[in-house]
Amino acid sequence: MAINWFKYSSPASFYFLAGKMIPFFSIAAVVLCVVGLYIGFFVAPTDFQQGEAYRIIFIHVPAAWMSMFLYVIMAVWSGIGLAFNTRLSSMVATAIAPTGAMFTFLALWTGALWGKPMWGTWWVWDARLTSELILLFLYIGFMSLQAAIDDPRRADKAGAMIALVGVVNVPIIYFSVKWWNTLHQGASVSLTQSPKMASTMLTGMLIMSLACWMYAIAMVLIRTRAIILERERHTAWVGELQGATQ
Amino acid sequence: MSWAGLSDFLDMGGYGLYVWGSYAVFLICIAGEIILVSNRKRTLLKHLSLIHQSTKQEKRNETAS
Repeated sequence: MAINWFKYSSPASFYFLAGKMIPFFSIAAVVLCVVGLYIGFFVAPTDFQQGEAYRIIFIHVPAAWMSMFLYVIMAVWSGIGLAFNTRLSSMVATAIAPTGAMFTFLALWTGALWGKPMWGTWWVWDARLTSELILLFLYIGFMSLQAAIDDPRRADKAGAMIALVGVVNVPIIYFSVKWWNTLHQGASVSLTQSPKMASTMLTGMLIMSLACWMYAIAMVLIRTRAIILERERHTAWVGELQGATQ
Repeated sequence: MSWAGLSDFLDMGGYGLYVWGSYAVFLICIAGEIILVSNRKRTLLKHLSLIHQSTKQEKRNETAS
């Protein structure tokens, strides 16, 4: 049986598919968040070095991971949109940027509130923190450039250039704690070493990361649907959609 | 982990300001994004239904004339 891989690259079919998927991701995000926070606050023990302050980890690490993952995904969709001229890919990339920027801001904010009691300072210009701040500027640059160009197809292409050039920053963020001497601690989770923290702490953090994933997917789908409607408002299927809802 | 009571929980071993300051801003950002996205959708649908009504009206006028 031949599968038509391009069926869902049409904005119209994706619009309906996304509409069906959003409730599942939203519910999963809420359930995982409740479970993750319960483990984080009521199961995970007090840290022997950092006391209760370490509990910021349950949102700090997921936010930081999401900021990097979302940037890479945004760059991949931008690149696909640029290479194959598929409208939907670029719309997804545009839809990812605000959520990615929000998670980047949250990683910096929670990091500052964690740094103050542990390092004695809200901010230092070290490699990890500075490269994460550059990531925030890349997201903002992507969004402002796209907002400044009236023609959506040209805005897609210009944004894709920023996204693709800026993706080099993601490995820099990730490896910054190895390449340079930084105040920031090393990677929390590594594939090659056994975890350095209590297993309940790790479980809580991973469940919160999954919750953030589900939340981000739901948000991106909702925003993509809005962008599809905005850009396709003159097409027959959007007209029919409105006729059906009235 | 067991807490002695609500005030112990809120105190977070003396780090209450930092822990709750992080969680509060996290919550505000997520709530804000959800509100912004649903507003965008609502205004868009209102706008689209206006377009739809006006095109229907135009068609009606065309057939009448």
